[in-house]
Amino acid sequence: MVHTFENLGCYIAVDVNSGAVHVLDKMMFDLLRRIENLPRMPERCPDEVKSELGEYAPEELDECWAELLELQENGLLFERDDYVNPAMALVKNAPVKALCLNVSHDCNLRCKYCFASTGDFGLGRKTMSVETAKRAIDFVIQRSGIRRNIEVDFFGGEPLMAMDTVKETVKYARSIEEEKGKRFRFTITTNGVLLNEENIAYINETMDNCVLSLDGRACVNDAHRPTANGKGSYDLIVPKFQKLVEKRGDKDFYLRGTFTRDNLDFAEDVLHIASLGFERGVSVEPAVGKPDDPFAITEDEVETVKAEYDTLARALVDHPEINFFHFNVDLEQGPCVIKRMRGCGAGSEYVCITPDGDIYPCHQFVGNEAFKLGNLYDESFDLELSAKFAGMNIYTRKECGSCWAKFYCSGGCSAANYNVNGDITQPSHVGCEMERKRLECAIAIKAIRAGLAE
Amino acid sequence: MKHVKTLNGATLKSSAAHGGCGECQTSCQSACKTSCTVANQKCEHKK
Repeated sequence: MVHTFENLGCYIAVDVNSGAVHVLDKMMFDLLRRIENLPRMPERCPDEVKSELGEYAPEELDECWAELLELQENGLLFERDDYVNPAMALVKNAPVKALCLNVSHDCNLRCKYCFASTGDFGLGRKTMSVETAKRAIDFVIQRSGIRRNIEVDFFGGEPLMAMDTVKETVKYARSIEEEKGKRFRFTITTNGVLLNEENIAYINETMDNCVLSLDGRACVNDAHRPTANGKGSYDLIVPKFQKLVEKRGDKDFYLRGTFTRDNLDFAEDVLHIASLGFERGVSVEPAVGKPDDPFAITEDEVETVKAEYDTLARALVDHPEINFFHFNVDLEQGPCVIKRMRGCGAGSEYVCITPDGDIYPCHQFVGNEAFKLGNLYDESFDLELSAKFAGMNIYTRKECGSCWAKFYCSGGCSAANYNVNGDITQPSHVGCEMERKRLECAIAIKAIRAGLAE
Repeated sequence: MKHVKTLNGATLKSSAAHGGCGECQTSCQSACKTSCTVANQKCEHKK
């Protein structure tokens, strides 16, 4: 399977199954585009292709054909996926190795697009007890099998409203990780309102990554992220985030924003966030929700969004210092093909735990009883439901098999699929369109920065 | 080659030989939380 596209003035071919990426001249692009749906190339350029490309001399097309054949012979074009055994992606009794720990089902902001119903997921405002958090650590240790690396993301609601639980959880995990043969990595996702000198120092020392929520320009952020008393949060949180990042050294962080139908010019927000000193980690992502959600991106906006990604790509191509999360595709050293078949691992390798100890496939399913996997206190865990999630991969998810981007996006987000289609296996068309556009932009930027195109 | 410059080789295919250890980061933990983004994750073998 081959995918050709033009982006940022570059002509590019992705050989889907091998992972090879080629930059083409215009004639080669026109030729390959005509034949990209073939399973393999024949020895000679078909006469009908030559006649369709009458603007080029037949001998020039033969020259191109010979180069394409050489790529094919070297396993860099029209490669089959018969080296992939889809069974390798199926994890039996999938170990749980990552927790989204909802230490707080409460929040001090009232974000209008919040998928968590302003923090409580519709389940009532609660804080996770230390006892429940410790049970969560015991649960992941017990269920992680031979996996050594364990991730815990402190999430909510707003996790800084439960700092005592956060600190006790870290302390407990650290106290037993060596004995249990594990290595815990902690991350935190915060809105920043409660950041102060003390917890900035704690976060920078303890958290391997932190995700700091900011939507971009003050007008955009404040329209969607007001405080509980209705005021904008920008002026309150930006100086705190700057202080945190200034003292963070080289540890990872992301300023993470959400764009909605109200700011389809979100490239401005990406650039604004970078200009605040956060260029090392910027992520601005589409609002999620059901199609009737007033903020979520729908079919009506998707072409505008795609054009805006192009605008952003043009703006970022000369700014390698700005790391925009969704344009950050590692072509060479990225995850293995097996990981790329499985995707995010929600419901199997990754679960979310609520203050009551309820277990859900991920943070976006919290409160949906049909997807409740179990509870820490009665020690229930629905292996059948977990197996359903573990059994999904790009070869089993509907429509993914024929998509050129399958090894980059790995099947998309089950929660988004459910929100849009009522089916975790059915990809959200809008989500897929945006993902494919982001990937095309990311690859084109790489081609230009590598000096292979202008 | 005159008409093609290769930006990236068959790295995906070669990764099949050593892949599948399951130790890498869960993608949703890195930054997104709302979108599955896998291709920018790091491989634990190559650290």
